[in-house]
Parts: sequence; structure tokens; C-alpha cells
Amino acid sequence: MDFTLSEAQQLIKQTVREFARKELAPIAAGLDREARFPQEIIEKMARLDLFALPYSEAYGGTGDGCLAYAIAVEEISRACASTGITYAAHCSIGTDPIYLFGTEAQKQRWVVPCARGEILAAFGLTEPEAGSDAGGTRTTAVLEGDRWVINGVKCFITNATRAGVAVITAVTEPGRGTAGISAFIVPTATPGFRVSPPYDKLGLRASDTAEIIMEDVRIPAENILGKPGEGFKQFMRVLDGGRISIGALSLGIAQACLDAALDYARERIQFGRPISKFQAIQFKLADMAMAVELSRLAVYKAAWLKDQGLPFTREASMAKLFASETAVRAALDAVQIFGGYGYMKEYPVERYLRDAKLMVIGEGTSEIQRLVIARELGC
Amino acid sequence: MKTFVCIKYVPDTSEAEVKVNAAGDGVDSSRFSFDINDADNYAVEESVLIKEARGGSVTVVSIGPKESEVMIRMALAKGCDDAIRIEDRRIAAHDPLLVAKVLAAAIRGGGEFDLVLTGCMAADDGQMATGVALAEELGVAHAAMVKKVEVLDGKVKAYRELEGGLMEVVEIKLPAVLTIQTGINEPRYAPIRGIREAQKKELRVAGLDDLGVDAGAVDAGASGIVLEKLYIPEVVSKAEVIEGEPEEKAAKLAAILVKGGLV
Repeated sequence: MDFTLSEAQQLIKQTVREFARKELAPIAAGLDREARFPQEIIEKMARLDLFALPYSEAYGGTGDGCLAYAIAVEEISRACASTGITYAAHCSIGTDPIYLFGTEAQKQRWVVPCARGEILAAFGLTEPEAGSDAGGTRTTAVLEGDRWVINGVKCFITNATRAGVAVITAVTEPGRGTAGISAFIVPTATPGFRVSPPYDKLGLRASDTAEIIMEDVRIPAENILGKPGEGFKQFMRVLDGGRISIGALSLGIAQACLDAALDYARERIQFGRPISKFQAIQFKLADMAMAVELSRLAVYKAAWLKDQGLPFTREASMAKLFASETAVRAALDAVQIFGGYGYMKEYPVERYLRDAKLMVIGEGTSEIQRLVIARELGC
Repeated sequence: MKTFVCIKYVPDTSEAEVKVNAAGDGVDSSRFSFDINDADNYAVEESVLIKEARGGSVTVVSIGPKESEVMIRMALAKGCDDAIRIEDRRIAAHDPLLVAKVLAAAIRGGGEFDLVLTGCMAADDGQMATGVALAEELGVAHAAMVKKVEVLDGKVKAYRELEGGLMEVVEIKLPAVLTIQTGINEPRYAPIRGIREAQKKELRVAGLDDLGVDAGAVDAGASGIVLEKLYIPEVVSKAEVIEGEPEEKAAKLAAILVKGGLV
């Protein structure tokens, strides 16, 4: 067993960490305050080939795989979780469905520009009536001649406003439940495709989240992903990968909490000593460091399994669940260690707490993760 | 332009408290992560900028352990073309004159060269001597503390940063050695594709014998410097807190300053 990252993975980690520390960390608080999407950062990330990491060279990628990508998500999110979710949603749920299930032509047409960071991608699964229960999908797609005509509303969609392409799930065979759901590649410039004003969110405020509204959106028949009725099966696999992303994102936030809390505890003097000398604080920091390390092991292992082509559903779900709950706990403890200052916007930990909360909700709530794990156990 | 850039693998002392090792001859490095010396990072960037503007190639030279290969690959990922890593326990690494001898042998082994760049100072021992000694070893001219470089035909114009913000501009015939000051440029991030390509670039490992250097000329016995001891000075507090009402405090402070001959 070898836990050493490859030389390339070490270099990627170092490069992304340096980039995030110098370019992103100094502006993260401002982005959050102004709820501003950092387009300039996305362009710089594209120039560094960060969007290319998970994809093979045949489709504009660098072929570094899921572990290298997870490391990049972690390091970006450590500085700015909003940018982390933009990046993670683009790759693992926006682009991955096409990369995994697209035809050669679809991959050349869409994965290549996504891997180059020329366009952003979004994934439209969730609906007002279909959250954890994706079987409740109301959006419909009807084949009329050589066009699919899509009607429906998708909510909480990351990158909705900025995306050049969205993968959308819709019912093609009503009455067949999840077996009647199909997935489509929808260019966002298609007439009838529009987005709502952005949501006013608790956290991840610098990410782009909006509703997608589709009214008679007509796309070519060949824009279906795979065969009709395969949508549910496809997005179950897509979400497996997405969970590694959210795990990595959570890990980045949790690490940021530990970094901030440890620095502060060493500097803050009370009763004549740094508060890091008090066991009450030490135990919090020790627990936080342990949970961060275990989250990292779980996330990296799930990513490694994916890279090896081995089954990873259970491990991805465990990694997401553990890392996201770690992020929330670490953020709460970091705020506690900062005391009154932690409650103020002047310090970063209140932002970490607001950002962390989405991790236990998005791409499968903690409750859904437990169901997935139990199902994998054979319950 | 055939350029060599010499870089050093140093501990990042901002990450943990510096402690002396058990033998008392070095720092306890187990707690640190190591990376490229800050000034050398700028030298790497400058060498790549020169290559991009004028063509040619850049060879990285470094004396360091196997672990330093990640640092060397990073320089390759940023655009350097190949590298030599020198590892030999016999080198008296604390003596910049001997380090320069070893680096010079590696550079001469690479044939003709136009420029050698290196950081003006190492973050660990702070000698600021290696680059200058290297010019002497190679028998070429040098400019130290360079803050701006203009490459001309057969020569370079080097802007040297002197005390008090003064700039000195010198024209130097090539080949030459320049020691690079931080802030001369903005070191780039290695793009992922560069990291990919770096895996395929040649990184040669050489010992003193491979370089044709007589160990007796660069080992501890050859050095005029004996490292006696490393220690962290005891911190003694000599602060005197002046108490009293503002007027009393001012009077006491004035008295102290007068007594000390400071006013």
C-alpha cells in the first residue's frame, strides 16, 4: 500500500495551492460580500488547464484523472468554496454526463470546450417537486420530427446563468417512473431556455445558482444522451462522481477551518496564555485535525478507486457524508474558538460555516447518503 | 541563448518553529516542508522569459536530495528544458566556494553557455556568495542583485539594486552570471500541461565522479570553514514599562532618552 501522491499529483497540488493562496484567498471575502462571480478567476483557472484535469487527452483533457482533480477542488475550496462549487459542478456533474455517456461526436462537440474552460457546464436534475426523489421529475421531452421539445423548470442549478451547455433530465415516457427519464444536452442559447434571477443564498454566495426555465426548447434529436429511459441510471453514476467532488470541496472548507482556528488559537491570549495552551481548545483542534485527515483519506481513496476503474459508489458516498459533516462541525468549532470575533464578518470563519452547510445538502443530503450506504450494505 | 539556472532546495521556515537538530550542525528538518529558494524561483522565471523572448534552452542545476526532484520538475513544468541534480554526500554544502566549484563543473560539462542565473541569496544560510563565486569559477563576469535584465547581442544590460533604492545599470559581456533579486518578475504558475510535459523531460542525476570533480577539492577537508555550532539565541526581555500619569511618563521617558544620549 502506498499513500504517496505521484510526482505529477504533488506538483498539481502545489500549483493549485499557490494559485488559490495568491489569487483567490485575498478576494474570497469580498466575493462573498458582493455575491460576485469571479469570471477573471475562472479564466485564469482555464489557462492553468484546471478544467482539463479529469478528462483524457482525446477530449481536450490532460488525463490526470479524478484524484488529481479532487486535489484541485480541495485546494481551490480551501481558499474560496464558491469558486470550488463552480469548478466542481462544471466538471463532475456538468461535463461528466457527456464524457461518460456521450457519443464520440457529442464528446468532441461539448467535452472539448468544457475541458478547455471555454464554456461552463451545468446539470439540471433537481426540480421544485423532485429533490431527493428524482423520480418526481415533471420536466418533459417529446420527440416531434427530428427535434426534442423540452418543457419544465429546474431549480438550485449551479452555473445556470453562466453555462454554455446544460445536461437536463426530462420524462420521455410518462407513467414509467424512473425508467421513463432521459437526459439531454441542451445548448443554453436555444430559444425558450432562460434562467431566473440568481438565488439569494446563505453561503457560496459568489457562485452562480438560479432556476432554469424551459418553454418549448427545441433541440436536435441526436442531443439525447444514450438511449431513452437511461437518464436515471446515468445520473446515479454521475452523482457517484459528484460526491467525490463535494467530499473534496468539504475537505477544503474543513482544512481552511483548521488553518484559521489553529492560527488564531496560537495568537489569542487569555488568562496570560495563548488559548491553544488550554485543553478545552486543544481537544477541539485535535478532533478537527483528525476528522480533516480522515476525510482526506476517504475522499482520496474514493477518487483513487474511480481512477482504477473499480466500483466506488459506497466509498464516494461515505467520503461525501463524512467530509461534509466534518466541514460543518469544523466550521462550528472554528467559530467557537474565535469566540465573539468568529461571529463577525471581519473574520473568515463565519463564511466557512455558511459555505459548509450546503455540503450536507447538495448532491444528496446526509440522509440520502446514509440510504445509499445502507443499500450498498445490502439492507 | 543557452542558459543555466541554479536553484536550491530550502526549508520553509514560515510553517513551523526552527529547531536545531540533535547533532547541533543543522536544523531539525523533519517538521518542515522544503521547496525552491524564493530568489531562485525568480531566477527560473527570468530564465524562461529570456528563452521565450530570444529562443534557446534552459538547464536547471541543483545540488540536493532525491526529494528535491519535485522542485526541479516544477521548474521544468514552468518551461525549463532539462535538469541536472547533483547528489554526493562528500560535498561540503555549507561552503559557498565549494558549492560553486561543483555547480561550475556541471555547467562546464554542458558545453558552451551564454548565461547563468541564480537567486541572489539563499533563504536558509543567507550567504549571498554562491552566484558570485560561481562567476569566478567559470571565469566570467557577473552582476549581483539584479532587478531587471535586458538581453542585447552578445551582452546583457543588468539593473542592480543598491542601498537606498539606487539602481546601477551595467553592461556585461556574455557569457555571464547574474544573481537575481526577488521581485524582478512575477513567477508563473505551472500549467497542468506543463506538469505533464515535465514528466518527459530529462532529469540527470550526477555525483562528483560523474562531473569529474575531485572529491578532495570540495569536501569538508578542502573547506576553510568549519561549522562549529548552530543555536537559537536566548530571548532576553529588556523592556521597561513606564508607569504613571501621562505627564510623569513623559518626564521619565525624556530622562531615559537624555541619559542614554539619544537626544
